[in-house]
Amino acid sequence: MTDLLTLSGVHTNIGRYHILQGVDFTVAEGQTTMLLGRNGAGKTTTLRTIMALWPASQGQITLAGRRIEAMATPEIARLGVGYVPETMAVFSDLTVKENLILAARDGDLDGKRLDWIFGFFPPLRKFWLSRAGSLSGGQKQMLSIARAIIEPRKLLLIDEPTKGLAPAIIGSLIECFAEIKRSGATILLVEQNFHAAQQIGDSVLVMDNGRIVHRGAMAELAADIPLQERLLGLSLEAHQ
Amino acid sequence: MTDLTASDALPKPKRDLAPVLLPLFLALLMLPLVGSFSSWVTLTVASLAMGMMIFIMASGLTLVFGLMDVLNFGHGAFIAVGAYVATLVLLPLAGMSQADSLLTNLAVLAPAALAAMAVSGALGLVVERLLILPVYGQHLKQILMTTGGLIVAEQALYALWGPQIIPVPLPTALRGSFIIGDIAIAKYRLLVMLVGIAVFVAIQLVLNRTKIGLLIRAGVENREMVEALGYHIKRLFLGVFMVGSALAGFGGIMWALYREQVHASMGNDLTVLVFIVVIIGGLGSIGGCFIGALLVAMVANYGGFLVPKLALVSNILLMVAILMWRPRGLYAVTSR
Repeated sequence: MTDLLTLSGVHTNIGRYHILQGVDFTVAEGQTTMLLGRNGAGKTTTLRTIMALWPASQGQITLAGRRIEAMATPEIARLGVGYVPETMAVFSDLTVKENLILAARDGDLDGKRLDWIFGFFPPLRKFWLSRAGSLSGGQKQMLSIARAIIEPRKLLLIDEPTKGLAPAIIGSLIECFAEIKRSGATILLVEQNFHAAQQIGDSVLVMDNGRIVHRGAMAELAADIPLQERLLGLSLEAHQ
Repeated sequence: MTDLTASDALPKPKRDLAPVLLPLFLALLMLPLVGSFSSWVTLTVASLAMGMMIFIMASGLTLVFGLMDVLNFGHGAFIAVGAYVATLVLLPLAGMSQADSLLTNLAVLAPAALAAMAVSGALGLVVERLLILPVYGQHLKQILMTTGGLIVAEQALYALWGPQIIPVPLPTALRGSFIIGDIAIAKYRLLVMLVGIAVFVAIQLVLNRTKIGLLIRAGVENREMVEALGYHIKRLFLGVFMVGSALAGFGGIMWALYREQVHASMGNDLTVLVFIVVIIGGLGSIGGCFIGALLVAMVANYGGFLVPKLALVSNILLMVAILMWRPRGLYAVTSR
């Protein structure tokens, strides 16, 4: 299995704070890699650094063999990286349709792909012409994810998609990620909900204090309760 | 693909019509205070015409402000430069402009307006690259740089054209008024109103019906996410800045013809007015800017007629009142 994304010794400073302190990991092509860790461990900063929304102060980031740490955000996006931020960041003044038109950068919306997305996110079809600002939190999250996958992408960076959502919505998101994975996409997903993470991930990275402190198969971490408690301070079993 | 034309849209949020009704309410409120109906019509038409010109000058600034959070205190320079460039066409061709034929008059006005817009737009390109690009995200430096730019532009106009006021007579066909009963409506004011409405409609069409327009609206709301979708927001901003500068230049020639004169400090004089309109309207909101411009013009005209001494502070009072009612402007688009 080839590595699609590689981070080597990545450091990120935000103002006087040294957030990422030498992050090293790889994301295998076609896999869903979960990035876990306590609040403030540096998970969101890692995704934002990959997208160049916060510049890496040191280290290398390689996407499909190309160095990207010095590239601007739009160039990285155009290499095939879709980004779903923690805040969802839907354009609330635009309709669902207009949000997706912007995301389909180089042409019109592909009807087949749109139908595929409506298959797991039916509310987007229903509220196609509604302003995104009037959608519920779960529907906004669906739109934010749909925007990232409206065109085929090499890599999806998704930041805490289940945060603050009702269990029923989380269930449909888990199904959606399974479907996206079946389409061949590679996903790096930050998640705090360990139960959801267990169902989605193939492999897992755990961060603490701006460094990767554990990497391995998700199934192994799910089965090792003492390890979960040591790394995350909480076990999957307890979370269920 | 599924038919998406008949969507079960969510119940539409209530349209916020209060700001739209405000100019109408103000105009009706002034009718008994002004007393004479014909004077009221004259003042109202003057307000609408003045409001349209201010809107044209301010529309670019509100997008620049909303889209990139750039405080451009030099916006007035584009207004003055546009007006001066127009004189380079209007004055040598005064014979055509003073001919008793609308078509001949327009044949001078059109190239004068195009020249004003082209030079102001090109100046916008230079200003954005030289003055604004190095100070993105630094408000204090933006104020210093753009205010400095305005002073340099004003002094350059003095150096090139001299300190005197340059008369710019209205073309013959646009002088005078249409008389309806005892009401006189100035022809030029009517033209200005029509042009202002056309500019407003054109901007709305671009913003709502084109992908560039969607990008501008999205960028006003969250420019970081626009970049994460693969668009270079700074290139978009440069385009918006140039169009905004060109519109300011266009507003400059309209204002020069309205006052029938140009002078080097006209941009400086109008800067405060334009900023008040942008703040009243809500940063980044074209609709708010349109209503804000109308309100500013109405307060200036009715206020000047009813309480002349109040005219000096009327716009500041209006801004204070609006911000007490809606602290982020009439139609808030950004959270700034």
